[in-house]
Formats: sequence, C-alpha cells, structure tokens
Amino acid sequence: MSEGRLLAAAGFWVVLWLPPVRSALESDMAVHMAVQLPLLIAIGVLAAPPLRRFEPRLLADADWLGIPGLVLAAFATSLWMLPRMLDQALADPLAELGKFLSLPLLGGLPLGLSWRRMPGLGRAFVWANFIPKLGAVGGLYLAAPTRLCAYYGVDQQAEAGWTLITVAAALGLVSFVAVFAGRPRAMFAPHDGPA
Amino acid sequence: MTRGFIPLLALVLAGGMAALSWATDGFRVVTSDGARQLAVERRPLPLPDIRLIDQDGHPFSFADYRGKTLLVDLIYTRCPTICGVLGENFRQVLEHSGANKAGRNFDLLSISFDPAHDDLQALKLYGERYGAVAPRWRIAVPSDRRGLDTLLRSFGAVVIPDGNGGFVHSSDVYLVDSAGRLARIFDADAPWSLSGAAIHEAAR
Repeated sequence: MSEGRLLAAAGFWVVLWLPPVRSALESDMAVHMAVQLPLLIAIGVLAAPPLRRFEPRLLADADWLGIPGLVLAAFATSLWMLPRMLDQALADPLAELGKFLSLPLLGGLPLGLSWRRMPGLGRAFVWANFIPKLGAVGGLYLAAPTRLCAYYGVDQQAEAGWTLITVAAALGLVSFVAVFAGRPRAMFAPHDGPA
Repeated sequence: MTRGFIPLLALVLAGGMAALSWATDGFRVVTSDGARQLAVERRPLPLPDIRLIDQDGHPFSFADYRGKTLLVDLIYTRCPTICGVLGENFRQVLEHSGANKAGRNFDLLSISFDPAHDDLQALKLYGERYGAVAPRWRIAVPSDRRGLDTLLRSFGAVVIPDGNGGFVHSSDVYLVDSAGRLARIFDADAPWSLSGAAIHEAAR
C-alpha cells in the first residue's frame, strides 16, 4: 500500500516533467499557478506517509507541533509564486529543476509529515490563513497596473487573478461546509495513510 | 516544547529568509523586469555593436551614438496596444526637451523586433504617426536575424508571439549612456521622468 503511494508520487512527478506536459501546463499563467504548482506540492504530500518511517527520530522530535515543517513548506511554496521565479522557471532549465525538486521535497513533504503533528486547531488556522491570502493574491494580480511576468501578458495575468479568487472561494465554501456541517474530517484530519 | 525545536525553527527561518532575499535581490524586486532594472543600475552593461537600418533606409549601428545619450524602446508597427503608448511617450519626451539646450544631447531610437512585417514603408508610417524624424528619432530594424537576437538578449527583453499574429513584449524604455552601455531601464508609463533622466544623463 505505502509502496504504491510512493510509486504513484514518483510516476506523477515524471509525467509532470515530460516536456509536452510541462509546456502545456506552463503556457498559461493560471494553469501554471493553479494546476502545476499545487500538483507538485501534492506529490510531496502523497509521498509523506510511506516516507515517514525513514524520517530521522531527531528531526521528528524537533518538529514540535509541526511548526518548523509548516514554516519550511510556507517558504518553499511562496518562493515559486513570485512573478520573478515564475519567469525564471520558464527561462532557465536549472531553475525549473529547482522548482520541480523543491516544491515536492521542501513544500509538500514537510507539510505532509508535519500535518499529523499539528493540533486540530493548528490545521484549521493553516486553512483559514491560506484561503483568504490566496484570494488576496488573485486580487493583486487583477489590480496590478503593469505586467508582472515577462512571459505572460496582462490578459493572462488577469485570468490567473480570477482563477486564484475562484479557487479561494471554492475552498472557502468547502471548508465552511466542512466546519459548520460537522464533517471536518476531509480537510482537518491528520491525513496519513488510509483514514 | 521538544528538544531541537528552537534550533530547527531557527534554521528553517534563516534558510527561508535567505532564499526569499536571494529571489528578490534583498527584498527589493518581485518581477524579472525589476531585477533587470536594478542590475543595470548597479553595473551598466556594455552593449554589442548591432547594425540597423532606419526609416529612410540609412544603415547605422550603436557605435555611431558614442558620445551621445540614447533612449531606446522596442516595438512592432502593427502593435495595437502598448507600442502606441511608447510612441506617444517618445513624442512627448521630444516635446518636453525641445526648449532645453541639454535636451538636444540625446537621441531616440525605436527598434522593431518584427522584421518579417516591418519594411521601410511600415517604419516610415509608424514614424510619421508620432512625428519622428531621423536622425533625432530613428525607427529601425536590425539588419539581420542574428542582430535582432543579440539585441533582445543584451537588453534582456522577452518577446513572445501572442497567438493572434502579434507579440507580448516588454514596454520598458532603455537608456544607453554615452559610452554605449545600457545604464537604466524605465517603465513605460512615465514620459516626464524619461526626458528628465535623458537630459540629466546627457548633461553629465
């Protein structure tokens, strides 16, 4: 079971790395930001449960309440959302490789490993911060007076803005229902192996 | 709190801040355009000599501008949007600097990156639209494809087809100093600061 997850994660990674898939997911700014980057992070999250038994005991202990892991994931994922880094990933194959390695390994993996160590309220805090900020970034893209990425036009930028706002609204609705309808397991449970 | 928590958190914070600082040139830029602007301001970039042809069919090259300040923008004449703003900006720059004596010590150059469509006729029409007269304001194309590629690379300009026969391209304005170095990059939306900067540079 766990080997299957690991294999699936590696398989997804290879598929995303295939040149036709890469160019398809990167030719549009909205798809680049709202599909490719989250998928790369998801690959790391998917690989976390099978890799947990290889996590050094020292590291697992030091990751108190999952805080350092969460902070690491926040840095690694924000870095690749900077317009300059989106450009860089398109212009420089080395930066692209850096994106493909750091998003799963420094973003998704620590998030997956730390998620279980976080208190329930901590997980809720993460969602409650992430969702409005995602919407705010979308708003900034819509309001930006200039083109932010050299490789994407203003119309793509606006489209990316609307996409992020839509995703934020959808996630907000789902989390609202999850919390208020009393079925928060899907979003707030310690995802780790079969629930 | 567990053992190792504080050191690990400190390590993650330090590493994360270092990475963000690296990616933003010390928290000053978030876009590649901004990074480029900062880089040439810190260290002006010598430009390779590129051969061009202007709207009157005269061949010339960057070397001909040694000793003069030059403002450059990158255009294509069929451009329906930003190039109009660029053309209008340059027209206003000329207008603002007309009364100033130092204002005559710089020239303007609009370079087309679309040689497939921009023949002399097209360049001339574009120039007439904004009152451009060579040699004060040349509308030009690089003589060959390699010259164009070299030009775009040294200016750090990205030009990509927009899928409708046009291009998505940078609207920056480039200041080349009297030593032939790329010294400043401006956003297109400030004709006043453009003429001011060009006059200032030319008077140095």
